Amino acid sequence: MSTAAGIGSAPRGGGLREWIGNPWARTRFLWVVGIGYVLWSLIPVAEAVLFSFNSGRSITRWQGFSLRWYLGDAGSVLHDPSLQRAIVQSLKLALLTSMVAVPLGVAFALALHRWRGRGAGSANFMMLFSFVTPELILAVSLFLLVLNVFRFIGLGTAGQLVGLVVLSLAYPVIIVRARLFSLGNSYEDAAMDLGASPTRTLTRVTLPLLGPSIFASAAIIFAFVLDDFVIVNQLSRDASTETVSIAIYAAARTSPTPAVNAIGTIMLATSTLLIVIAASVYRRSARRRGEAAGVDALG
Amino acid sequence: MSSGTTSLTRRERRAQERFAARERGAWAPRWFWPGFSAPATIYLLVFFAFPFYVVMAVTFGSVDPILRQPVPAWNPATWSPAILTFTMSNIVHSDGLYYAAFINTFFFVGIATFLCLLIGYPFAYFLARRAGRFRALFLVAFFAPFWISYMLRMLAWISLLQDEGYVNKALEKLGVIAHPYPWLSGKPVTLILGLVYGYVPFMILPLFATLDRIPASQLEAGRDLGASPARTFRRVTLPQSRQAILAGFVICGLPMFGDYFTQQLLASTPKTRMIGNAIKDSLDVPIFVQRGAALILVLLVILVPAIMYYLWSTNRAASEITA
Repeated sequence: MSTAAGIGSAPRGGGLREWIGNPWARTRFLWVVGIGYVLWSLIPVAEAVLFSFNSGRSITRWQGFSLRWYLGDAGSVLHDPSLQRAIVQSLKLALLTSMVAVPLGVAFALALHRWRGRGAGSANFMMLFSFVTPELILAVSLFLLVLNVFRFIGLGTAGQLVGLVVLSLAYPVIIVRARLFSLGNSYEDAAMDLGASPTRTLTRVTLPLLGPSIFASAAIIFAFVLDDFVIVNQLSRDASTETVSIAIYAAARTSPTPAVNAIGTIMLATSTLLIVIAASVYRRSARRRGEAAGVDALG
Repeated sequence: MSSGTTSLTRRERRAQERFAARERGAWAPRWFWPGFSAPATIYLLVFFAFPFYVVMAVTFGSVDPILRQPVPAWNPATWSPAILTFTMSNIVHSDGLYYAAFINTFFFVGIATFLCLLIGYPFAYFLARRAGRFRALFLVAFFAPFWISYMLRMLAWISLLQDEGYVNKALEKLGVIAHPYPWLSGKPVTLILGLVYGYVPFMILPLFATLDRIPASQLEAGRDLGASPARTFRRVTLPQSRQAILAGFVICGLPMFGDYFTQQLLASTPKTRMIGNAIKDSLDVPIFVQRGAALILVLLVILVPAIMYYLWSTNRAASEITA
């Protein structure tokens, strides 16, 4: 025992060779990686948010704090109707996509959890395939679809919605299945033993138990759609169906003013708020049901 | 138990039938659960599977000579391979239209994905093992980019990387460079760093999920049996994360193949053109839509083996866990 412990604690000595031999054992290196990664991933975002409050036109030179790009200037969010239209379109698509994709996905997850036929495998395969297909491929094929076959959908909000639902369908399926897996069958079995019909079991037992994960997947889809660019851009019709991500993209390629940072900051605040609400609702209801902290749905 | 079935009410008998059905593993009618999958399945068939046929019909179709619009050929018997042949020959010949875009894409995506692994693995390891009481904080910081708009993050880099931006200022202060480096003048290095920055969370996600699940007892067992930490890592941790590395390569690398916006924002020159740009540019011009569709088919054929392998291996891993 003592020799084993001795070997286990041997590399405390240090030295470059040891470090190269096993950098993982050296906590300090990993802390540098951890903190360095977080700084690298978030400092640019902080900079973008900060410059939305710049009092000058520049997005590289800080000229003092002001709210002109939110409220004051002619090109500010408050006074530029195209930026407001972009925000409305983003929120509209996010809401509509959640409303369509969540019910479809939850029903699909329930089916996959219970149904062990050959069709289940193929359906699941198709869903996962759509999940890993590069978005540009989905976007272009849907673009050709709505132009050549389903002309009644066409480009614009309806086309964007159709594409976004394909793109986000997998989220509720994955999240709800993980929850079903961790719940097990005992609650439903108990309900059936007490004489509930399958439909009644579903509506009175299963769905309430799934509530937090359904809510979490709706929130994730909402935030995900706010961020989407490729599908939304490919299937937009004209300026009236442009979203925030398209507005930022267009401005970033030409001459961005801090108004673009401002609109991005507003969206960031919206989705952060949403995620915080979703996480706290999820946690509270998970705790109320005597479950362990409900982060399992994220994994 | 032996009270006799005759004395049961109808309701009780139904409950008993259901109980028996559940014992057989099927407590709902046969159509009940498959029925639930129908809406999503039909949706995906119509809006995910069928569009691939439309892409083929456009590729193998023709162009209306007057309207200059693509005319899809719905009957496979009338398909003409002319455009696909044209596109293919422009991909494989070194003076072809798409040759450089394909070479660039594989080069950039390959390097970027590898860098993602190089950055992502230690970070995932840190998050899973060493973050300690700050774990929740680091988890939130890690997930943040998933809900922060990609475009906003790229916009931030555009301003940081300007000639008079903070990156150049910092590098000059540190004495690394004497004059501002023109990051945004179409440099491949900027594009690769942009791709890494944009997609590295997708590498970390599966790595973290897997490393987090390796029980500490296995690592302790390795050490108790006399293995050095390096050996424990090599023999216990690494083999168990192989699946996750593969998953990371796929879900981090695949979307990069369809990326055109990072190139447009950070390194917009013909020199750094990628497949995504070639597809996007073709689609913006009606008479070239067919070429865009053909490029989509080629890209799909290249990527399908990776997708299939990934789905097959995760499926196998999942059935090993549940078995």
